[in-house]
Amino acid sequence: MNLENNKEEHWDLVIEGKTSLFDLKFADIWRYRDLLLMFVKRDFVSFYKQTILGPLWFFIQPIFTTIVFTFVFGNLARISTDGLPQYLFYLAGITAWNYFSDCLTKTSTVFKDNANIFGKVYFPRLIMPLSIVVSNLVRFGVQLVLFVAMMVYFGFQGANFHVTWAIALFPVLVLLMALMGLGLGLIITAMTTKYRDLSFLVTFGVQLLMYGTTVIYPLSAAPERYRKLIELNPMTGIIEAFRYAFLGKGYFTAWSLGYSAIFTAVITMIGIIIFNKTERSFVDTI
Amino acid sequence: MGKNIAIKVENLSKAYQLGQIGTGTISRDLERFWTTKIRGKEDPFLKIGQTNDRTVKGESDIVWSLQDINFEIEQGDAVGIIGRNGAGKSTLLKLLSRVTAPTTGNIKVKGRIASLLEVGTGFHPELTGRENIYLNGAILGMRKKEITRKFDEIVAFSGVERYIDTPVKRYSSGMYVRLAFAVAAHLESEILIVDEVLAVGDAEFQKKCLGKMGEVSKGEGRTVLFVSHNMGAIKELCSNSILLENGLISEIGSTRKIIDSYLTQNNLGLKNLEYLKLDKKVRRGNGEIQFSKITINNGEEFQEPNKKTIIKIQLKKFKEIDQIYFCLQIKNVEGNLVLLDTNLLEVNIANFTNQNLLNFQLQIDANFFRTGIFPMYLWVGKKGGLLGDNYSYDIIDSLMHLNFVSDLGINELGYDFQDPNSYLNLNIKLDYHE
Repeated sequence: MNLENNKEEHWDLVIEGKTSLFDLKFADIWRYRDLLLMFVKRDFVSFYKQTILGPLWFFIQPIFTTIVFTFVFGNLARISTDGLPQYLFYLAGITAWNYFSDCLTKTSTVFKDNANIFGKVYFPRLIMPLSIVVSNLVRFGVQLVLFVAMMVYFGFQGANFHVTWAIALFPVLVLLMALMGLGLGLIITAMTTKYRDLSFLVTFGVQLLMYGTTVIYPLSAAPERYRKLIELNPMTGIIEAFRYAFLGKGYFTAWSLGYSAIFTAVITMIGIIIFNKTERSFVDTI
Repeated sequence: MGKNIAIKVENLSKAYQLGQIGTGTISRDLERFWTTKIRGKEDPFLKIGQTNDRTVKGESDIVWSLQDINFEIEQGDAVGIIGRNGAGKSTLLKLLSRVTAPTTGNIKVKGRIASLLEVGTGFHPELTGRENIYLNGAILGMRKKEITRKFDEIVAFSGVERYIDTPVKRYSSGMYVRLAFAVAAHLESEILIVDEVLAVGDAEFQKKCLGKMGEVSKGEGRTVLFVSHNMGAIKELCSNSILLENGLISEIGSTRKIIDSYLTQNNLGLKNLEYLKLDKKVRRGNGEIQFSKITINNGEEFQEPNKKTIIKIQLKKFKEIDQIYFCLQIKNVEGNLVLLDTNLLEVNIANFTNQNLLNFQLQIDANFFRTGIFPMYLWVGKKGGLLGDNYSYDIIDSLMHLNFVSDLGINELGYDFQDPNSYLNLNIKLDYHE
């Protein structure tokens, strides 16, 4: 009996009030990977159920945005597109930007949207934002197909663009966009559990940020005195690199992308840590 | 061999902040940050701890929903958690199922925990039954291949084979719950935590659920924690129980003993009511006639619905009165009326032999009662009664209860809970007096 008591007992799980900031439970997330895929499937299936056009909706939004942008910024405002066909130029920017902004806005309401399910059952909370990023990746993939189809069409028309070696960096660019959206979204959602004000900021904040990023204009066309500021926006480096990779025009250096990568890594780290800290007891405050 | 502990709870506390969260939180958060992190002092907002007694207005806006809880649960044990609303039951379950984190203390666990605070968490109305089984299973912590392996079993248990490829939004609420519970019942975890989820579904299915839970704890040797207001279900399922009161553990022990304590704590457990002083707190009415003694079936602990239930009543008369009216209503443990005698029973007491102590006997035909505890509301008064204290001689509310052990399922009463006008008429007969 005594021996039994003296022996250091093994516990599978210890639930405590305070845990280390860096206890991020990645093993747990890995164990729940099936759930992540299940959520992705759910998002996808529920998106087009009972719609007539179904997955076609994935195309409609970028096509119409491109047409409007071409008309407003290209034809009316006559903003330069670095000599690229306008449709291709805008579609490239929109496709990439949409992925980032969808990740950001959807992640930023994770706690609010899932308060009910989070309040009833435990699973690693990070699964939910991760599933959002992956669902949007599927959507991004579909939109990318549209973009490539447009490239092929314009290629046959003999338009002036070319794919560069930087296309090899494409997976890195996607990862950076995903993590940047995720990290910022996590920070915002964690803050909104207490301070709801932030959620109002997100919707128009993302819109404003788009104009601060080189989505509707190339960096080369930016006025000299604002150029530094626009370059400081970490999304600029990513979007420019994306355009350079696919269309051969854009401001792309190791520095610009390196800066974006470091920025993204820091934001993601902060986001995950804050999220994990909030996740433990947000049910009490939401 | 020493005891094999599955769950060990040490000094567990959980504090909640009362009042509005939002206004002034930034300044408070800054103050908190300043005192705890920079100056290294105790958190000023947690210091003034108070027990969670809702009836007393507290001074601080921090309330301890659970305070310094310690207990151990052995492997394979089925433990009931009993307590009034607000005693901390749900908080304890939330902490155990990791929905929220404790303020202080810790819980140590051996094995996987599956918790069912709700059935059908995460069900998506647009998805089919099949898709929802996978989704819900995964939310509860099952791997995909585990669900695939158990899929047929789950579908068979739920009894919705025909609709398995139909979106669940087309399901009836009963089918929905069946499917949801079926998934949960097939979790392969060493520890199962169940909150009052059985309060849904029809009687047959509830019986099936209780049976399944019994099988899980007794047959498979898994540890079960069960919270319910239904004493019958707890008695059936759990050998030991924990009684919580205002966030503190008031007693741990065998279920039978704990239920008794709980009922006495709520003044529900009296089998023989001897003469009570007219205490304004528990009795109302003008006191011209008072209940002096009430006996249910000669003081037997349990009643069986298929036998006649006899309630002996003795009244003490303080004023010359010839005619009294009598009413018996039955409540459930939560205090809601469930059965009502719509006609006041008229008793002519002028011809009673003993005019000071009036003895008579009521007979209840109660073949529709389910297993469980039913507090009684006894009223004696004048014609036109039940309207106010002016018409009432004496009222005894929820001091005594009927305790039925029945073959009928949980919650089966034969009427619609939702419709307040559908009280089943309790057939009360005056069958004897002296």
